[in-house]
Formats: sequence, C-alpha cells, structure tokens
Amino acid sequence: MRGGGGRGGGAWMRTSAGRQTAEEIFGDAFDGQVISRFISYLKAYRKLMAVTLGAVLVFSATTLAFPLIVKFAIDGGLDGSGNRALLGAAVAGLFGAVLLNYVSNFLQEIIVGRVAMRILFNMRRAMYLHLQRVSMSFMDKTEVGRLMARLQGDVAALQEFLETAVFAVGDMIILVGIIVVLLVLDPLLGGLTLIVVPVLFLVRIVWLPYAKRAFLKAREMSSIVNGALNENVNGVRVVQGMVRERLNFEMFNDKATATLASQQRAALFGQSLLPVVDLLTGAAMAVVVVVGGSLVLDNALEVGVMVAFMLYVQRFFDPIRSLTMHYSTMQRAMASGQRIFEVLDVPLGIRDKADAVRMKDIDGSIEFRNVTFGYYPDQPVLKDVSFRVEPGETVALVGPTGSGKTSTTALIHRFYEVWEGQVVVGGRDVRDVTQESLGRQVSMVLQDPYLFTGTVYENIRYQKLEATREDIVKAARAVGAHEFIMRLTDGYDTMLEQRGGNLSIGQRQLISFARAIVADAKILVLDEATANIDSYTEMLIQQALARLLEGCTGVVIAHRLATVRNADRILVLQDGEIIESGTHDELIEQGGLYSRLYTLNYASFDDMPDELIYEATKGYRGVS
Amino acid sequence: MVWRIAKLAARQRLRLTFAFAAVIAASIFQLWIPQLLGDSVDRALSLLTDPQADTGPVRTRLIASAALLVMAGGLRGGFAMLYTYLGESMGQRVAYRLRMAYYEQLQRLSFSYHDRSHAGDILSRGILDIEGVRMFVNTAMLRTVFLAILIGAGAYLMISTDWRLGLISLSFVPIVAWRASVSRLKLRRTWLERQRKMGELTTVMEENLGGMRVVRAFAAEDYEMSKFDKKSNEALALSNETIGIWVRNSTFMTFAFLSVWAVIVWVGGLNVIDGEMTVGELVKFLAYMGMLQMPVRQLGMMVNGYARATTSGTRLFEILDLVPEIRDKPGAKDLEAPEGAVRFSNVHFSYGDEPVLRGVSFEARPGHTIGIVGPPGSGKSTIAHLIPRFYDCTSGSISIDGHDVRDVTLDSLRHAVGVVEQDTFMFSTTVYENAAYGEPYSRRADVEHATDMAQLHRYVDSLPLGYDTLVGERGVTLSGGQRQRLSIARSIVLRPSVIVFDDSTAAIDAATEQRIRAALADVTKDRTVIIISHRLSSLMHADEILFIEDGRVAERGSHEDLIAQGGKYLALYELQIRPAMDLGVERGPLLDSGEGARS
Repeated sequence: MRGGGGRGGGAWMRTSAGRQTAEEIFGDAFDGQVISRFISYLKAYRKLMAVTLGAVLVFSATTLAFPLIVKFAIDGGLDGSGNRALLGAAVAGLFGAVLLNYVSNFLQEIIVGRVAMRILFNMRRAMYLHLQRVSMSFMDKTEVGRLMARLQGDVAALQEFLETAVFAVGDMIILVGIIVVLLVLDPLLGGLTLIVVPVLFLVRIVWLPYAKRAFLKAREMSSIVNGALNENVNGVRVVQGMVRERLNFEMFNDKATATLASQQRAALFGQSLLPVVDLLTGAAMAVVVVVGGSLVLDNALEVGVMVAFMLYVQRFFDPIRSLTMHYSTMQRAMASGQRIFEVLDVPLGIRDKADAVRMKDIDGSIEFRNVTFGYYPDQPVLKDVSFRVEPGETVALVGPTGSGKTSTTALIHRFYEVWEGQVVVGGRDVRDVTQESLGRQVSMVLQDPYLFTGTVYENIRYQKLEATREDIVKAARAVGAHEFIMRLTDGYDTMLEQRGGNLSIGQRQLISFARAIVADAKILVLDEATANIDSYTEMLIQQALARLLEGCTGVVIAHRLATVRNADRILVLQDGEIIESGTHDELIEQGGLYSRLYTLNYASFDDMPDELIYEATKGYRGVS
Repeated sequence: MVWRIAKLAARQRLRLTFAFAAVIAASIFQLWIPQLLGDSVDRALSLLTDPQADTGPVRTRLIASAALLVMAGGLRGGFAMLYTYLGESMGQRVAYRLRMAYYEQLQRLSFSYHDRSHAGDILSRGILDIEGVRMFVNTAMLRTVFLAILIGAGAYLMISTDWRLGLISLSFVPIVAWRASVSRLKLRRTWLERQRKMGELTTVMEENLGGMRVVRAFAAEDYEMSKFDKKSNEALALSNETIGIWVRNSTFMTFAFLSVWAVIVWVGGLNVIDGEMTVGELVKFLAYMGMLQMPVRQLGMMVNGYARATTSGTRLFEILDLVPEIRDKPGAKDLEAPEGAVRFSNVHFSYGDEPVLRGVSFEARPGHTIGIVGPPGSGKSTIAHLIPRFYDCTSGSISIDGHDVRDVTLDSLRHAVGVVEQDTFMFSTTVYENAAYGEPYSRRADVEHATDMAQLHRYVDSLPLGYDTLVGERGVTLSGGQRQRLSIARSIVLRPSVIVFDDSTAAIDAATEQRIRAALADVTKDRTVIIISHRLSSLMHADEILFIEDGRVAERGSHEDLIAQGGKYLALYELQIRPAMDLGVERGPLLDSGEGARS
C-alpha cells in the first residue's frame, strides 16, 4: 500500500480532473449521496436491519427507563412512607429492564457488526469485480498502488466509521429520548436544564472550522511522512550504496517533527471542547440542584423527579461527547466513500453485445480491415491499417517505438475498441463474439513475464483448471522448462515468492510460454522480451518460441533478428502505418526501412541508438 | 510488551508527571460531583422530615452546592482535557521516537535483511503498527490509570459510607477484569490471524491488478474472482469471529454493571426504608455508578487496544531489536584518501546453505579495468556486492588499499566504492536531485557534467522543465536505458575510487555505451573499474577478464589470451558474434550450467 491514501492528485483518471483535489481532503461529515448509495447496500439485509432497529429501540428505551424506575422507587417507597412492596416491584422492573437491555444490546451490536463487515467485504468485492471489467485504458493510466489504497485503505476507513456509527445512532436516540423525558417529567425544570444545549451548539459552530483545519493538516502531514518512509524502504539499497543515511535521517526528522507538531495541534483542538462540555454539565446540574431543590422545598416537585433529572443530566452529554469524538472518523469515511463510489462509477470499458456468440473451432485467421485507432482523441496510433494473417502463419511486427505494434496486438484481443474499421478473428468481427470465448482462442505472452504467487504448477495451469498434470509437464517440456523446474526444491510444487522473484527472468519467460501452451489457443500473440537476457537463456527461448508457434497462428512483436528472420512474413510499421510487408529476403531486396535497419547490423532492434529511433519517430510521440 | 511501550512513554517524565497530576485532579473533581448531588438531595428532603425548619438557609446552601457543582464540572473538564491532551501528545511523541528509530534501523539493516523481507510488510509495520502503539499510549495507558483511581478512590468513599453497599457496587469490577483478560487473549489470536489473511488477500488483489493484461489475455476473470472469494471469505469469517468475541465481551460487561446497579437500588432502597441510609446517600451511590458507565463501555475498546498494542509492539520491536549483520567494528578507521586497489583472496560466500562463491581471488589496481563475465547465477553480482560490504564474505578476505573491508568504517568504504546496479531505483523527485543523490551539495556544473558523460544531458535539456523535471510517478517515465544512464551519472558525481558497473548498461544500446565509455575514460584513468556484463562488447577492452562459473574463476586473462585459450570464453564469444539465425540447434557445453537460481 502506498501510505494509506497516496499523495496528491497525480495520475488518477485524467478524465476526472475536477476530482483530483478531493484525494486527500476531508469530505463533509455528511454527504447525502454517499450515505444514500451506502444505504442501497443495506437493502439486501432488510430483515436483519429491521431486527436491529427493534433492538436499538428496546436498548434505548431500557436505558432511558432506569432513572424513571428509580424515581418511581424513591417517590413510591423511600420518601418516608417505607413501602417495601413498591420497592420490590420497582427492583423487579429494574432487573427486567437490565435483562432486556442486555439482550437488545447484544443483538444490535452483533448484527450491525457482522452486517457492516459483510457490506464492506461486498463493497470491496464489487470494486474488485468492476476493475476486472473496466476498460484497459483506465487500467493503463491508473497505478496499482492507488487502486489498492481504495480497496484497502478506504474500505478500512469505512469500517472504522461503521463500528462507531452504531454507537452514534444509539446515542442520538438516547439524546432525543432524554430531552423528551425531561420535558414530560417537569416542563419548567426540563426547559431550564436544556438551555445548555443551544449554548453547546453555538460553541461547536465556532470551534468546527478551526478543528477541521487542524485535522486536515495533521492528516496531510502524516501522509507525507508515510510517503517518505515508503520511498526509503524501496530505495534502501541506493541509500546505503551512496551513504545517504544521515542526510535522509535528518530530512525525515524534519518531516516527522512537523507531523508531530500538527498532530499535537489537532489533539488540542480535538480535546478543547471537553472543558466546555463539562462546564455545561455542571451548569445543568446546578440548575437541577437550585431550581429542583427549591421546587422540592416548595413541595412543587417530588424528590424522585429531582434524582431522575440528576441521573439523566449525567448521561446527557455522553452522546454529544461521543458524536464530537467521531466527527473526524465520519469525515474520513465520507471522503473514503466518495473515492470508493468513484471507482465503482468508472464506466465499464468493453461489454459483450446482447447477441454476442461464443466462438469455437475457428480457423485461426486474423484480418484487420481499415483499422484506425488511438488512445486520445485526434491522436490516432494506427491509421487505416489492413492486413490478413492466414491460419498457421507467423507474422512478425517490426518497427520503432511508438509505431503501433503493441496497439495492433491489443486490438486482436479487443482490449480496446477500434475507432474505425474492423478486426476480424476466425472470420468474425471481434465485437460480435463474447470476450470470454475470444480470450480462449487468443492467448498472449507479454513482454515482461508476469507470474503469480503460488506454485509453478498453478502458474502454468493458470485459469485452465481442466488441464491435467500431464498436460502441464508436457507444456513445460515443450518449452524446455522441465529441467530447471525439476531442479527446484519441490519441483512443480515449488512456491514462487513475490511473483517469481526467486527465478531468473529467462526462467519466468519460459514458464509464461508454458502457460500459453496449456491455454491451447488457436492464435498466439507474443510480445518478445526486450529485457536483458543473456545469450544462454536467449538460445533456450528461441528454441521454445519455435515450439510455441507450432501449429498456431502467430503474431509476434519481434525485437530480435533471429525471431524476425524465422517469421513467415514481416510487417514493418511506422507512425501507425504498414509501410512494408513480405519475407525477410523480399524486404531486403526492396531496400526500404527494414533493410536499412538490418544493414546497421545490430543484433536486436532495441540496440539501435536513440538518435535513429528519434529520427524514425520525428515529430511524433505516442503510446506503444 | 505492554511494559516496554509503557517504559518508552515514561521517558517523558515532565509530561507524564503533569498527566498523572491532571488525572488525579480530574478524578477528584469527578468524585466530588456525586457527593454534591447527594448532599443537595438530602437538604431538599430535610424539609419533609422537619416541616418546621426554615427554608432560607437550605436554599442558600443549595445555591452554594450549585456553584460548587459548576466549578467541579469545569475543573474536571479542564483537567480531563489536560490529561487527554498530554496523553495524546505523549502518544505522538512515542510514535515520533519509534518512527525515527524504525527509519534509522531500516537504513542500517543489511541487504540480506532486505532481501528476505517484503517492502509491503516493512511499511505496514512502520505505518499501522506505530499507529497501534500510539493509540495505546494515548487512550489505554492513561485511561486505565484514570479508571483505576476513579474506582479506587470511589471504593474508599463508598465503603466508608456504607461498606456493604460499597462492596456490592464494586463487585462488577473483578467480573469485568476477568472477562477483559480472557477476551484479550482470544482477540489477540484472531487479530493476528486476521491480519495474516488480509495480507494474503492484498497479495491476490495486487497481483491481479498489476497483471491485468495477463488476466484479460487469458479471459481468467472467473478464476481470479474465485481466488479472491476464497481469501476474502476466510478473512470475513475471521472478522466475524473477532466481532463475536468483542461483542459478547462488551455487552456482558455492561450487563454486569447494570445488574449491580439494580442490586444497589434494591439493597439501598431497603436500607433507606429501614432508616439506615438517606436518599441522598443512595443517590451518591447511583451517581457514582453512573459516572463509571461510560468508562466501562470504553473498557472493551481498551481491551482491544491492549491486544492491538501487544501485536503491534511485538512486530515493531522484532525489527528494532535486530542487530544489523553488517556494521562497523569497534575502533574501525576511516579509509583515508583511498586509491582503490581491490584484492579478493580466496573469497567464499553463500546465501544460506547455497554456496555462491567458492574461492575467488583477483586483484584490481587503480587505472585498470577488470571485466567479469559468466552464466546467470555464477556469482558475478555477488562479487560487486561484496566490495562495498553489502554482504560479508563467509571466508577469505577482501581488501581495499591493503585494509580488510571489515576493518574500515562503512561510510568511508561506501564513499570509496560506487556500484551502478542493473536495477535502477529512482526517487520521485527531480532529475537533478536524482543525479545529485549521493552528493546533494555538489556544484551544479559537476552534476550536469556527470549527466553529460552518461550521455543523458542532451535528453534532459530537451525536456520542457530540464533538470527540474520530476521522475517517476508524477513526472516523466524514463526508459530503461535512460534510467541506467541516470544511474551511471549518479555514481560518477560521487567520484568513487572504485567504480563497479554491475550489468548496468544492459538496456543501453551498444553505440551509446561506447560513447559513455569514451567520455568516462578521462575520469577512470586513475580509478579502479570493474565491469560485469553479459555483453562481451562491454568488457572486451578490459585489462583482465574473469570468466566466472559456479562461483569459481574458470578462465582469466585479456580478451586475446582468452580467445587463444579456446575455452568457454571463446564459445561465448562465438555465440554472441555468430549470426543469431544459426542459433538454437544444438546445446553446447555452456548450456548445462546455464540456469541457476540467482543472477
């Protein structure tokens, strides 16, 4: 996680620039939209919520009843008359109320606690599921850390809120209940006692803006400190290598000290209402003592009522106090809620048509018909591109960075929608088939092999749960990975830590090849690794590549000459257009860009100096 | 563990003294309130027992009580604010100390520690666990004291008023204490378990989002969701268990409290009827109990706080107590005016049980260049990491200018040795600050000169903000080659006597690398240079080339010598020079040792 909430607005969805500022800033304590959307999650638990509501009411009622019962006991039996029967009845009532209170308290807390937890998990799941389906361009633009902050940090903030919310709601009900009971018991005394309430609200109105500012500052500072810690942890090797420990320590100390100061200030503001509240409590009690006492002396009030007032006033401010305490939790929760719903509101990228068909047993041909495509309006990355790949053919895409190679492969898989034209796979427009079935026909090997935490076996099998162990071993053998896998501690059952960090990059590449074989697709799209691979591994990978492409249609973004020369056909892209097409020998004969690049005699197209690349992409920088 | 945290907090003597004084004052005034209330009830009632009495003085005394009540309330509030504020402030200070200690410790812990641990885990300790300890100091510690005083002094007052009723009203305390300690243990266990599960869930989500292209390419949404659901449901079950323990516990505490309350009304009522007690005294008891209600409700939270603090504290001190494997010897001396002569004598090294180097010896003199080549996992990078003592060798010795590296201070050693790594970490700040990272106070011209030698100046200059362009997250994304060049510049700025290029030009094209080497020739002519690379063209010019295999020097000599020897170096040379097309037909002898676990 990135320090809980990430820093600044940054790259979070360029399309929602207006929201960027909301990233760290506290929301209001109440945000009607957030609350109402949140409530929609409660709907599934209607019955349980009804039970809870009942429990909250019983709980509040019994809490309110205790002083009343005491009043009844005092007035009925203790003011000199000595009526034991009445006292007995009152005590029996008291015990009954205590028992009811216990049961209702237990019910409200356990149900709300568990339902709240379930809702949070549901919200997280909804977000996660949504992220599986939003457009790929959204995922390209958004950092994983930022999404994780929402899936973890914001959900946790809501959890904190929900835990206190139960108390807050109960407290509110009790507060209202106390006001009503006081006014009913004795309107005059009640009215006088309640004068303190508006006073408190006035004080709060003055206090709030200052406190808000202090809280905000404290939160900002602590996210800065956490960001600094984050960076130092990740860059610790550089720090130690360059002996920056002392300077970094001092810089961190400055930040931590500033945080300390702002946190203390926030604490001061957080606590400053306390004396006011207590003073007002004292005042309310004084009113009860003076006015109530006088009334008792005048025989205008029963002493039990006075006692009941005292007991109520004592509890009176508890709700107000805890509401104040929870204010910042609520603000945080609203801000988090907004961010969560922001994720859920990201429009779904590509959806299946209503009448989309499942594609099966296709021939493996690919055709681009006048395809124009780009990531930003008015900046096409592919311009009117047309070509056809026959079943079983291997085509190499060659061209400088930004020429549109990666976009071409992404469109075969329908990661994005074309602007114009058509991408046809196996004779069908990719928009007419289900994405799931398209995914089963087209398998993909990415430039950087991506493995998951889990065993080697699970990584090769991946989503193909029906694959048998033999299938997996066979695939591993085919790409020449079997030998090194068997040399691992637990063979195929070796756990890969940290996404295969304990394997070399070449080994990871081979496993991702094996995964593609197991997927058993008609079409293979491969983005050849440019990463630094030593000559030994490269040889292994070249052999594996040949096996991988056997019997299927292949589209390869090729960087290495060996791969290019082994392809059936080469497409040379530049600035989003196919400028040359043919076999290696044909292209050399043509004497175009390909032959120019080739005669420069680099082992790989990536070895070419920057100048050449700049030359080729002059005046144009795009995404590839 | 709780004790250790408390000791940390106790270091702030002045604050602690004031906080305790405020706690005591607050509880005194708080305890006074029930007294005042009870007395006024009795006074108001006095008329009923003696109708002839004059109401005048009673009214005056009522007003006096009222004034005292306001005062007691205000003072209690004031002192409560003071001690809560001091408590928070102490908590923040403890957090600050821990944070600084943690930061310092992380900078000191050796590479081997950082190799073993995950950044995410280190961070969550540094953020969440420090928070857990802070909240504990702030709420639990002082509040416990407050509650103890309230109960203790209240107990004395009540027992001296009526010992039977006093004992009854206190009877809920042991029940609550017992419940609290039982559930503390249970909560601690489930809490830990839950954290672990949440960690696993995090991994699943992180990997999924990071590998979204793979997920989509394989149409694996269902599979990924089932992975998520499995972890998520396990975490949810544990959460529910935690809630269950916590709710059972806290509601039972309230129940115990209220039951005792009812018993007081009963027994007290009987006493009043029997004339052994006044109504005012009963009110005192009830008011006193009422005062305790909120703290008792919070007791549950405190128990949770204790549980969390113990776990958090354990996790923090686990790291803070580690002794860095690599540290200065007592009496280590600074390496004065280093020339940079490096000598490896029969160096052995292993990560755990796995031997990586098995007796490597060589010498690198100032002005000379050593090239190191070999299959992945042969131990090349390890050699680079041993010179600045990122790790210590298992046996043998490494010396610089004749001093064993273990006898000189780490600071001076690492100033003398610059390692340019293959993995370049850039800080999210400006290009300039990244280049000047090791020498932030160096002259701007020096930094720009270094960037120029690394063939990056032209590119940086072409950026709209030039050297002030932000790198990474919120700035330009540099390509792999550009990052490596920036990383080279960063090391040159330091002007180390020994420069080790650990495969640090892999993403740089051969022509640019050539130009970098030419530009550096002047700087490196009196320095020791060690080049580790897969690419022979990067090190063919070296004065001596070591071919490392299986942790041993298999062949050594100049490029010409090695070619003439006709061994593995030659085979590799042919492999790289031969047209790529002819590759991959037969597996040469080189391949058998070609795959190792580490590179």
